[in-house]
This record gives sequence, structure tokens and C-alpha cells, in this order.
Amino acid sequence: MSEISAEQVAHLANLARIALTDEEIDHLTAELGQIMQAVEKVSEVATPDVPPTSHPIPLHTPLRVDEVGDVLTVDEALEGAPEHDGSRFVVSAILGEEQ
Amino acid sequence: MSDLIRLSAAELGERLAAREVTSVEATRAHLDRIAAVDGAVHAFLHVDAERALDTAAEIDRRRHIGEELGPLAGVPIAIKDVLVTKGMPTTSGSRILEGWVPPYDATPVRKVRDAGMVPLGKTNMDEFAMGSSTEHSAYGATHNPWDLDRIPGGSGGGSAASVAAFEAPLALGSDTGGSIRQPAHVTGTVGVKPTYGGVSRYGSIALASSLDQIGPVSRTVLDSALLHDVIAGFDPHDATSIPDPWPSMAEAVRRADVSGLRIGVVKELDSDGFQAGVRQRFHEALELLEQHGAEIVEVSAPNFEYSIAAYYLILPAEASSNLAKFDSVRFGLRVTPEGGGTVEQVMSATREAGFGPEVKRRIILGTYALSAGYYDAYYGSAQKVRTLVQRDFDAAFAKVDVLATPTAPTTAFKLGEKLDDPLAMYLNDVATIPANLAGVPGISVPAGLAPEDGLPVGIQFLAPAREDARLYNVGGALEALLLDRWGGPILAQAPDLSTHELMATEEGVV
Repeated sequence: MSEISAEQVAHLANLARIALTDEEIDHLTAELGQIMQAVEKVSEVATPDVPPTSHPIPLHTPLRVDEVGDVLTVDEALEGAPEHDGSRFVVSAILGEEQ
Repeated sequence: MSDLIRLSAAELGERLAAREVTSVEATRAHLDRIAAVDGAVHAFLHVDAERALDTAAEIDRRRHIGEELGPLAGVPIAIKDVLVTKGMPTTSGSRILEGWVPPYDATPVRKVRDAGMVPLGKTNMDEFAMGSSTEHSAYGATHNPWDLDRIPGGSGGGSAASVAAFEAPLALGSDTGGSIRQPAHVTGTVGVKPTYGGVSRYGSIALASSLDQIGPVSRTVLDSALLHDVIAGFDPHDATSIPDPWPSMAEAVRRADVSGLRIGVVKELDSDGFQAGVRQRFHEALELLEQHGAEIVEVSAPNFEYSIAAYYLILPAEASSNLAKFDSVRFGLRVTPEGGGTVEQVMSATREAGFGPEVKRRIILGTYALSAGYYDAYYGSAQKVRTLVQRDFDAAFAKVDVLATPTAPTTAFKLGEKLDDPLAMYLNDVATIPANLAGVPGISVPAGLAPEDGLPVGIQFLAPAREDARLYNVGGALEALLLDRWGGPILAQAPDLSTHELMATEEGVV
């Protein structure tokens, strides 16, 4: 299960939106293999009869009253953006030429 | 002036209340100390001297007109850079957030300000809190004040080093797998991870949402308790915040009574895998508590050995999802590939340039663990281990009031020593991770110096969820007993950094 190929790492990098270099992919392929081998240890005790725990303290999800609270202004929300037009975030083209 | 930086936060608060000293004087003393030693320690990523002095002057003014102020009003504090601060840059140790100034305060920061405390600046950390040494900070490592060639722990090495180096009496930290407690262990300081949900995470840049918790960092147990009392409590902005009220942690420290307290020693974390001097100080501390009425019981937690494996599946999985927000659209860095590109290409180029190697490693690992076809085998299995670890805690706490372990396997290692071996680095957290998986609170208190290398060693206590006060009671009791034995605080034995710097400068001249 821990066999990870460079192609797989490249695919994961694409899913995670990180333009890794070939050198990084090679390096990570070796490291991920070792790490996955170590963490696979969980399967030794994770038998079907054990229920999973997603959250350490059981809490029900509270709902607040649907009223506008003390929220950021548009200017505040935009002030850290790399690019904006005063009321919206600006990004480059969504689709490439071939799409 | 140097007297002021050696005071505990509680003592400084009393002197301020008695008007023997002003907050401006106390703040200036700490800023002077930062100027003198932080070149060598590098605990801070950002120091805001001007605003700190303004805040201090305002507290002095309010005290002067007779306003009722809390016990920590006017006391300076350092803030881990994982917490967003209005008007003060926040990077979480990452290049991708370089220069970002958040438009709001994290809830713990707001509470600290409301208590009249004086934020000095932001402390260094491993990038997005991923690490045990601060070496993964994009802005260079922090150095351990006990030995500048060694790690200060991580990810909150900056916060721990700042209090150990007397640059601040208090600091805020975050603990996902030990990032408050392990730095406390290697720097001879105190650090507490509260019960999950005990302190709001609103405005804490999330690493792993089911594990993260904000907590206090200090030189004394009482100081952590006083800060804990300031930051704890329900926050409607955090859906995981526990609505119940909390008892006073400071009162628990002042009680400091261990007679009849049942302390469980986790057999699996008292093994040959731990450095001899770490175990020696651990057992001496337990004997001392036993002499004063505590009952020491051996307990077994057979599933703890699977904790690291489960943690390094759960954490990367949650982190890979949390860090998706760094997409070059709303804040932080934007890198456009040569000749332009689609939003997706810009995103990928930005994340390639903005994230460091450990962050990339964990995002890829997490993306893998969550992939279709692997989810059940990895993330699903890790969540089952989480159940088993919780059951171990439940069984142990049916027999004892608190658990005790050494906080980490070794004293501070050399900078660079484990940087190229991620698995060895991950092992640092073997004793601290189980608490995060189960959501229970933990404290690390100085237990002495390891005889073989003269470096600090911590002892960790763990309590059932919501029973944080038990940690302060036993931690405060042990601290008082050890101070008696040592004849003073452990940090009195740390090297005097200003002299160190001076000597280095003189040698340089010769």
C-alpha cells in the first residue's frame, strides 16, 4: 500500500495546486514512501469493531440567530488582497486558451 | 531595570497595582531586553515598540484615575504569530503571508487586550505550526536561550524562548501535537494545552482543526493560570467552544495540595526510548510528590504507541484542507507565472513559491490520505485509533486523578540535527500527541536539568477533559516543592545572554 510513484506525487501536487519542481517530486516520493510505511501501523489495531472518532469532545452544532453581526466591511475584507477593484477580488482568467 | 524583567507576571501585576512601577517602565524594560538579546535568540518576528508603549501609557492613565483593573493589567505579553492581530503583521511563520496585516483580532488576543495586557510583538514558529524545532520557520530558526546552538522546541519555540530569555513574562501559544508543552520542556518554562474547546480558536490560523488548542506560556505555574483565566471561556465565533463556565485556575495553583492525589505513570511512556536524565528527573519529581502525600500508580495505555501514526494521518489530512485557503485571491502572496496564466496556474505557482518543504510534505501527505480509495485505510483507520486512545485515557482516569509522563524523549537537540529526517523529528511528540487526539488538557512544568548535558527537562501532567484545574493544582505543588529544593527558579541557572552577546562581540573585535 505504501508504494508511491513519482507520477502519483505529481498528480497529488496537481490536486493540491502546488507547482512542485521535478526535484521536489523525486525527493517527496522517497519521503512519502517512508512516512506512509510508518503510519500504516494504524491498521494493526483499527479493526472493524472500533468506531471512528472525528472530534475529541462531543458537541452538538449550535445555530445562532440569523442576524447580521459585527462583520468586516468590504474595505477591510479587501485590504489584504493581492488585487481588487474596490468592491471585488480580482483574479486572472478562469479558463485557459485550450479550455 | 533588569529586576523588572526577572519578575513573574503575578509579581509584576502586584507591583503595578501597588503603583511601585508603571506599565511604561515595565514595557520599556522588556523592549530593552529584546533589543539586547533577540539578535541572538530570534524569538520575535515582529516587535511593535511604539504601540506597546502607547498601550502601556493608556493603562497607566486608567490606573491613575482609579479604574478597577485585572491582575495582569499593564503586564507585557508576546503573541505567537499563528494568532491574527489587528494592525500587527501575522505570517504564521510562512512566506505566503509575508506582510499581511489582518483586519481583526483573534479572540484570545482581544481578551488579552481587554485585560489591559501589553502586546509586545509576534513570536517565531515553524511554518503553520508544522514542526518541533522552529527550523521550519520561513524566517529562520529561534535559538534556545540555554544553548544558542540548540532548538527551542516547536512549533512555539519563539513563545517559549521569549519567556525563557526574559523578553516577556508571558506568551500565547498553540498546541496541536505538543507545540506548547515540548518547547516548555526544552526551555525550562511552563506551558499548558487547555481542554479542547476551552479557549477560542477564532482568529487562530488553523493547522488541524480537530486538534488545535490555544494556551498559555510562562515561567511559573501561577502565571500560566492567570493567563488561562483571561483567555478561557465560551466564544460564539468558535463552533467548538465549550459553553460551560470554568473555575479559576489561579485558585487551583494557590491550593497546591497533592495529599491523596492519585497520579498515574503511563508505563508505555516510561521506557528506554527516553534519555536517562529525562527519566531520572521525572522519577525524582514523582518521589517528591509521593513524599508529600500523592499516591503513585502505574497505569497502562497500550494504544498510545499508535498515536504518532494516527496523528501523522489526521494532521496532514486536516492541514491540506485548511491550507487550501492560501490561494492568492483574498490575502497574502500572489505569484504569476511568466507570461501570465489561469487562476489555477497562478494558485499553483503561488503555493510553490510561498510554502516551505515541510508544509508541502504535509499537504501532499494529507491529500494522499484523503484520496478516493485510500480514505478508509488511512484517515478512517486513524480515527479509529483516536477512539482507542480515548478509551485508554478513560480506563486510566477511572483509576487515577492525573497522569504523568516525561514531556518529551530528550533534552534540546542541536539545530540541524533532525532537519533532514522527518520521522525522527515527529518522534519528539510521542508523549504529547495522545492528549491532542483525546482533547484532554496537559501541562509541562520544569523538573530539573538532565545531569548528562545540563539542559532543562519537563514533566507532563494530563487530566480528564474539563479538569484543567487539576493540572494547575499538581503543577503548582510540584513547582513549590522543587523551588524549595533548588533554592530558586531553574531559569536562574540559564546563561546570562547579555554577557554572552557582549563576550561574542569582544571576541569578534580581538
